[in-house]
Amino acid sequence: MAPRDIERVPEIGVASDVYGGTLARTWETEPGIAGFFSTVDHKQIGIRYIVTAFVFLILGGLEALVMRIQLARPGQNLLTPEQYDQLFSTHGMTMIFLYALPVLSGFSNYLWPLLLGARDMALPRLNAFSYWVYVAAGIFMYVGFAIGAGPNDGWFNYVPYASGPFNPGMSMDFYALGMIFLGISTTVGAANFLVTLFRTRAPGMSINRIPILIWGTLTASAANLLVVPAVSLAFFLLWMDRQFGTHFFDVASGGQPLLWQHLFWMFGHPWVYAIVLPAMGMVSDGLPTFCRRPLVGYTPVALSTVATMILGFGVWVHHMFATGLPSLALSFFSAASIIIAVPSAVAVFAWTATIWTGRPVITTAFLFFSSMIVLFTIGGVSGFMTGSVPVDWQLTDTYFVVAHLHYVLIGINLFPVVGGIYYWFPKMTGRMLDERIGRWNFWTMFVGFNIAFLPMHLVGLWGMPRRVYTYPAGIGFDWLNLIVSIGSFIFAIGVLLLLVNVVRSLKHGAIAGANPWDAPTLEWSVSSPPPPYNFAVIPRVVSRHPLWEDRLKEREVRSATQEGLLLDHGRETIATTPLDAVPDLILKMPEDSYMPFALGVALAAGFTGLLLHWWWLVVIAGIAVAASIVIWLWPERELGQVAGVAP
Amino acid sequence: MSVGLTAPALFAEAFATPAWADGKPLSYLHGFGAKAVPVVALTWGVIWISIVVVVIISALVVVGISRRRAPDPIEPVSAIPITRSGSAIGWLYWGVGVSTLALFGTLIWTVVVLADVNNPGVKPAVTIEIAGHQWWWSARYLSDDPSRVLTTANEIHIPVGQPIRVKLIGADVIHSFWVPALAGKTDTIPGQTNTTWIEADRPGRYMGQCTEYCGEQHAHMAFIVVAEPKSDFEKWQRAQLLPAKAPDTPEAMRGERSFEFHCGACHTVRGTDAGGTVAPDLTHLMSRETLAAGAVPNTVGNLAGWVANPQAVKPGTLMPTLYLAGSELSDIGAYLKTLN
Repeated sequence: MAPRDIERVPEIGVASDVYGGTLARTWETEPGIAGFFSTVDHKQIGIRYIVTAFVFLILGGLEALVMRIQLARPGQNLLTPEQYDQLFSTHGMTMIFLYALPVLSGFSNYLWPLLLGARDMALPRLNAFSYWVYVAAGIFMYVGFAIGAGPNDGWFNYVPYASGPFNPGMSMDFYALGMIFLGISTTVGAANFLVTLFRTRAPGMSINRIPILIWGTLTASAANLLVVPAVSLAFFLLWMDRQFGTHFFDVASGGQPLLWQHLFWMFGHPWVYAIVLPAMGMVSDGLPTFCRRPLVGYTPVALSTVATMILGFGVWVHHMFATGLPSLALSFFSAASIIIAVPSAVAVFAWTATIWTGRPVITTAFLFFSSMIVLFTIGGVSGFMTGSVPVDWQLTDTYFVVAHLHYVLIGINLFPVVGGIYYWFPKMTGRMLDERIGRWNFWTMFVGFNIAFLPMHLVGLWGMPRRVYTYPAGIGFDWLNLIVSIGSFIFAIGVLLLLVNVVRSLKHGAIAGANPWDAPTLEWSVSSPPPPYNFAVIPRVVSRHPLWEDRLKEREVRSATQEGLLLDHGRETIATTPLDAVPDLILKMPEDSYMPFALGVALAAGFTGLLLHWWWLVVIAGIAVAASIVIWLWPERELGQVAGVAP
Repeated sequence: MSVGLTAPALFAEAFATPAWADGKPLSYLHGFGAKAVPVVALTWGVIWISIVVVVIISALVVVGISRRRAPDPIEPVSAIPITRSGSAIGWLYWGVGVSTLALFGTLIWTVVVLADVNNPGVKPAVTIEIAGHQWWWSARYLSDDPSRVLTTANEIHIPVGQPIRVKLIGADVIHSFWVPALAGKTDTIPGQTNTTWIEADRPGRYMGQCTEYCGEQHAHMAFIVVAEPKSDFEKWQRAQLLPAKAPDTPEAMRGERSFEFHCGACHTVRGTDAGGTVAPDLTHLMSRETLAAGAVPNTVGNLAGWVANPQAVKPGTLMPTLYLAGSELSDIGAYLKTLN
């Protein structure tokens, strides 16, 4: 009997235009609305993730500006206390959950297969599903905000204030169900990244040759898989308490307010690392391109990424130093919170050494990446200060921590992301962003950000508490808050310049070509934008810098990007072994499908039913969920899933 | 009416007077007492370490960029060749090595300070049980002798130079007890009792503030700690232990009856039928400096405005607007003024 198609030995060939045309027909997404809802192309999904995350970034930014108007002067009444509370809570929810991780998922989604030499993510339909659930959960939570039932207990949502007796109304129910819903997206996305990493790397791309961005998203995904269940559980218990009178957090019946804090921060702190490690990876990969040399200390940086995440599981109690836990326990968490700075130091010195020993070419992307080192350091040392228990007893819940977390989130997430946009926009669109607007963009953001957030440290040290809708004059907060507000508007203008540049360059930007930055990694070996199939032939990789090998001359053999496995019997890519990336299997990749979208819609309907106690809707949605999954998973002959039939 | 327009006067006047408070009553860059001083030193220590680190790294980045940068603008980037110029791994050894030393040093200092401030050196003279409420503070001075237990709100008097034991209990949601010049934060959590201590080494008035977000009026949940010589403290304590004096004007007597009827379900005035416990004990209301947990100074005008329409002063406060007749309001006002 002839071997089945998936068991054949794949032919090796050379990429050619004719051949590419055939592949394009196989991999193309249908144009128009049909393709929009059915595509599983990681590039389209990745860009969608980034655009959607930026929509949320702008919403969260506008919320911040309204708060900064309220806080610009003492004793203002622009907002009622309840409006302010919903604004700061929604701002936190938006930036942390709907912007910071999704934007990185977007970059990783777009870049991973291109960096790894694969034709798509390992589980393309799951990828599309992850996006649809993210959008649906975001809309779900924003519907609450729009009807005046946004979260009003901060993103951390402490009980008992979040419990029914103190917080009637639907705010907490929107937030609790929305977070459980969003957790589905994060979880399946994380699983997809893990499988993609371990199975779809190009032959020869052993685990010590993957870009640092991959290490970042890998560790973030592993962490998310472990910690998202904790927060989903916490929100589920809260919802049960509120709707069905369970007593998980009900003090009168022996419930424990601190249980919430443990569950939340066991999730919350690793999450912070999950939303910075991939961004740090972007800097580790982007910076060397502009320094014209490989990253100094690849192995220490990769290992420090993993070490940060592992230590990151052991620091959650530093959010709870003031809750009355015993000093001995606090000492351990204090130690972990201080020592976690060591792997960060590895990254900082690796970047600095790369700049110092390279020949920096100043571009907008480089400015964002290199300034991030300084912002990272400021956010890092202020974090180190909060790690010291007695100091944290003073710092915690003051504006010092607000300053700290914005240096972390804006400095280590947004700055690399904007740098990443300048760096990869040419790849995504085929056009360059304007460098002149870019300089204005960078300096306005950088100056505005520091005017807004450096003085905030001081207003915190002078004792301004967080989450207050106003403050009295004459106790040291007045002029500093005015400066902070002015800085925040300058910063907002900087972000606006980015949008202007993007919109303008989409039409009028210079044509980029395949590799405008002369960068070393595989995504730059294909056209800009890349064809739907990414690689006409699967590349073969022998180093970390496939496109720099001729100049580095570090070994005899060369990576091959124009000759390799053809894999053209329908949608195919190669599966390789987890560590050494030896070819292992032919992967039959699924066609486009409406089912990820349908499943997302069905789940949204189900959560709406739960929210409104429309149990009939929950039942209908449950049936729709089951049906979508069955259709999604129905065995397909082309994928070699029907036993005994050779396709 | 705006809260913010009246509050400034209060705080500016109340806390600027002692030279060391420097017009910043919530600042924790200075501390006054055995619990605060070692922490202030550690705080300055980590601030200086942090500043030095930021300056060094920023300098390395800026100098690193400027010393070998390519001519600007450069087109294309590929005009600068790729080289792996020398080994720079020494940077990691030195940088991480020195950082690790600084981190371990800080860790040891942290643990030493933690042990130092964990408990007071001598047995506390006074134990106060403090509860955070939405949005005010109750304080009960505990004693083995029930006749010496006194209850007050939003203003705590302590004898100077002595450690004070503070037991923190939660009444509704989580709040956090914080007097920055005397001690860091400890949360008040329903269902558990947290214990901390404070000490003031010089007389003065120290501002406190709730620092765990607790709902709409979290912003207006301040309190005052008055540290005074032992004799003054004892005098205050004796006065606070007394029940309210019976009013002696007809207006105030009518006011007392109205108060018992309208306000007594929530507020206590010892010596009367008003015995509610969900709102501040008002037995010696007029001895306090502020109303509604620091929202406004305790003046006759503010008091009348607060009773007439608390929602205007502190939107969302749990004190309802009672829609009292004008005469009843002025009677109650006259009565409250007698509660010295």
